[in-house]
Amino acid sequence: MAGLTILYFAWVRERIGRDEQRIDHPGAETSIAALLDRLAAESPGHAAAFADRARLRAALDQRFVLLDTPIGEARELALFPPVTGG
Amino acid sequence: MAPRLVVRVGPEDFDPAAELAPLEALPGGAVASFTGLVRDDGGLEALHLEHYPAMTERQIGEIVARAAARWPLLGVTVIHRHGTLPVGARIVFVGTASSHRTAALEACAFLIDWLKVSAPFWKRTLRRDGSGTWVEAAAEDDDRAARWSGE
Repeated sequence: MAGLTILYFAWVRERIGRDEQRIDHPGAETSIAALLDRLAAESPGHAAAFADRARLRAALDQRFVLLDTPIGEARELALFPPVTGG
Repeated sequence: MAPRLVVRVGPEDFDPAAELAPLEALPGGAVASFTGLVRDDGGLEALHLEHYPAMTERQIGEIVARAAARWPLLGVTVIHRHGTLPVGARIVFVGTASSHRTAALEACAFLIDWLKVSAPFWKRTLRRDGSGTWVEAAAEDDDRAARWSGE
């Protein structure tokens, strides 16, 4: 079964304590939010990183999406705070 | 003619004068630019910029393409640094060249406004007392970027 790579950035990365993890693909119909609920049970760091959903942003295969978006056929999910470049 | 597009993301510093020269060499007669630097807000030693390389490239490419589709541009240069940058260091450069000054000025403002809200960079402060925090996104930045869609 194909996998899903999850990338973490900024304080999301710091709270989880790693910048990347690979999981079995949760299925095209699963939303990012549903996956977060599942991952939050994995460690206190995951729970802390995903506690405040209003401050969390996501990208599927390098495109911004809302947290209620189904993961579909994406191979890469990135989770991070609102961007602060420029 | 397709505009001259230059996009560079990396830790290296850049020389704004050297970046402006090729834009000035284009036949348009109008060049605008913006340079963003690390501001000393009292006690700040440096900013650390983290980014998402694959997405940064895609996002900046899309923003530049939107600007080139909207204004008659002859050249666009976008440079964004990452890594640890001390107070006073250059972070970002946007340069635009056109035959029309309003196109050059507006495209330059559009590019920096959109870079701020759609390029995946995150800034962490490093303070002289050893503390540091992640910079919070400003709602007014979203408003500034959204303004370009409402016209």
